[in-house]
Amino acid sequence: MNHMVQYSKGHLDASFSALSDATRRGVLEQLGRGDASITDLADKFHMTLTGMKKHVGVLEEAGLVATEKVGRVRTCRLGPGRLEAETAWLEGYRLLWDARFDELESLVQEMKRKEEIDGRNKRK
Amino acid sequence: MKNHTTMERTSERELVVTRTVSGPARLVFEAWTKPELFQQWWVPKSFPMSLVSCEMDVRAGGAYRLVFSFGGSETMGAFGKYIEVTPHSRLVWTNDDAGEAGAVTTLTFEEKAGKTLLVMHELYPSKDALDAAMTSGEKSGVSETLDQLDEVIVTWARP
Repeated sequence: MNHMVQYSKGHLDASFSALSDATRRGVLEQLGRGDASITDLADKFHMTLTGMKKHVGVLEEAGLVATEKVGRVRTCRLGPGRLEAETAWLEGYRLLWDARFDELESLVQEMKRKEEIDGRNKRK
Repeated sequence: MKNHTTMERTSERELVVTRTVSGPARLVFEAWTKPELFQQWWVPKSFPMSLVSCEMDVRAGGAYRLVFSFGGSETMGAFGKYIEVTPHSRLVWTNDDAGEAGAVTTLTFEEKAGKTLLVMHELYPSKDALDAAMTSGEKSGVSETLDQLDEVIVTWARP
């Protein structure tokens, strides 16, 4: 069972960058409760229509939101590309470990340099 | 080139994380088992939390306890005990702060040409325990997951 292979890396990158913004996460949460128009969302998040359109655009590109224009109203709902919670969790957990291992690696490099200097000093 | 970290759920009860770290196993092991060194890397600088204290009695049967500060004031502990300690090659520990749902973590250090391959294996007591650890379970929807991200970071922080 390999959950990571179900999603291409590009898709994950787009999703995570779309989700890096608190307003956009709020929009997704809101749409999880029911469809809404861009005007509704702009009101709800105290934003201009233009600002909200931009956020919805980013979410739409990542496949997290789908929109449909009927008459003059553009309605938004959760899109087909939303990540399974488990996949999102795994990627988040991987990012934590990646950051943690980066720090470990730089500490180990520093320890190594120190040892080499100490070694040279002892030989003097 | 930066070394890549992989993360995979390999079965209903298991997660496996791998990473190659530049440097000998001896030093990587030391950084993992000396509190004053461990404290320098366990919480990445980009994370909204810090490690307040760290006690580690690194020997079979010895206990560890970490205290994190989260969001400024809130604190949170992670604790357990070491089951196996084999210098420079293998560490096994429990994660008792999760109670009966806690995983047993096995970490191996394998040195090759001056680099160390780390393989961390987390074995959960049941499928339910791992599903629960991965938070939202059946609820699905990434917004829920991200709303819980702050809590998740805390659960991730256990050793």
